Amino acid sequence: MIPFIATALVAFVLYLILTAGSGSFGLWSPVELGMGVLVSCVTAAISRSFFISDTGYRMANPLRWVRFAVYICVPFFLEMARANLDVAYRVITGNIRPGIVRIAPGLKTDFGVLMLANSITLTPGTLTVGVDEATNDLFVHMIHIGMGDEKKEIFESADLFSIFPLTDWIRRIAE
Amino acid sequence: MIADLLILACVGIGLLFNTLGIIGILRFPDVYTRLHAETKTTTFGTIFLAAAVVVYGVSRLLESGDGQYLTLSVHTVVALLALAVTNATGAHAIARAAHRSGQAPSPAVIDRYLEEEA
Amino acid sequence: MTDIWTGAVVVLGILILLAMIRLVLGPTVPDRVVALDAVNTLTVAAMILLAVIYRQIVFVDVAIVYALLSFVGTLYIAKSVGGELGQ
Repeated sequence: MIPFIATALVAFVLYLILTAGSGSFGLWSPVELGMGVLVSCVTAAISRSFFISDTGYRMANPLRWVRFAVYICVPFFLEMARANLDVAYRVITGNIRPGIVRIAPGLKTDFGVLMLANSITLTPGTLTVGVDEATNDLFVHMIHIGMGDEKKEIFESADLFSIFPLTDWIRRIAE
Repeated sequence: MIADLLILACVGIGLLFNTLGIIGILRFPDVYTRLHAETKTTTFGTIFLAAAVVVYGVSRLLESGDGQYLTLSVHTVVALLALAVTNATGAHAIARAAHRSGQAPSPAVIDRYLEEEA
Repeated sequence: MTDIWTGAVVVLGILILLAMIRLVLGPTVPDRVVALDAVNTLTVAAMILLAVIYRQIVFVDVAIVYALLSFVGTLYIAKSVGGELGQ
């Protein structure tokens, strides 16, 4: 029951954001509100088991949301900007030395691994290719591996993110 | 006036990165390196194009007080979030599928994933 | 002011055509999917800009739905290429 209500609430809030300014009842028209309730209940009935997959409800804590917002706006965005300048440079010069390496971030939750995988994909010259589900190790395709670095068995996350320790940020948000 | 300059700058940066992304797709040697060019640069470029629209919406809102410009900005931000999340996950899915279908990264100095699967 | 937006959409259109070169050339299916994904992203960007030009906010809503649906399409093709369907 709790997964159903939580999913329906999130869907309903999203619906309200998208239909704001439609009428006289507050910001919304009564028809939109009614449809919103209906649609979010249907959505929740279908997708509750994907949306909330573990029963810890760690992410219900608003402090984690605040950290998440700060994470997206400051360290993640700066790393992403640097990544783009780097890739832009490699597009122009064609100077690449690609390969797939293994990193062991030591994250325990699915959401944490998802966030790290997506962060890696959008940041410096790295792309998550696969996950070792037993240990939550990630296989990362790097567009440029430093000379001699390919001999390392396991890469540290500091090798991937040079400005901010993103793995530590994700650990604080998701675990 | 400042808003116009900001919009022009955002559109310029956005188009520049999108162009680099497409050049990367055409130029890079294998599917993984092409994915690098595709996901990162086109997502980043589109963020800037959307930022230009948000700046436009906010500046018009302050000028005219018309609520529809606020709606435009909010919807653009939602579209951007949808795009950023789905692009990263989609790139991951394509890379994994390419690797599973037996396409090795070429050129590559190392491939730990292949050693793992073998 | 409209000139900036129109020009940007024209440039995006040209980029989409260039991405289609890779879509046609291939050589493998994943390469084509990458090109298709780039076309989708640029289409979403173009739709957002067209919403400004034509003053129709509904274009942005269409862009949201297009982004999500094209994601589903990409995932489906990826699953198919990876041989993970029908198990």
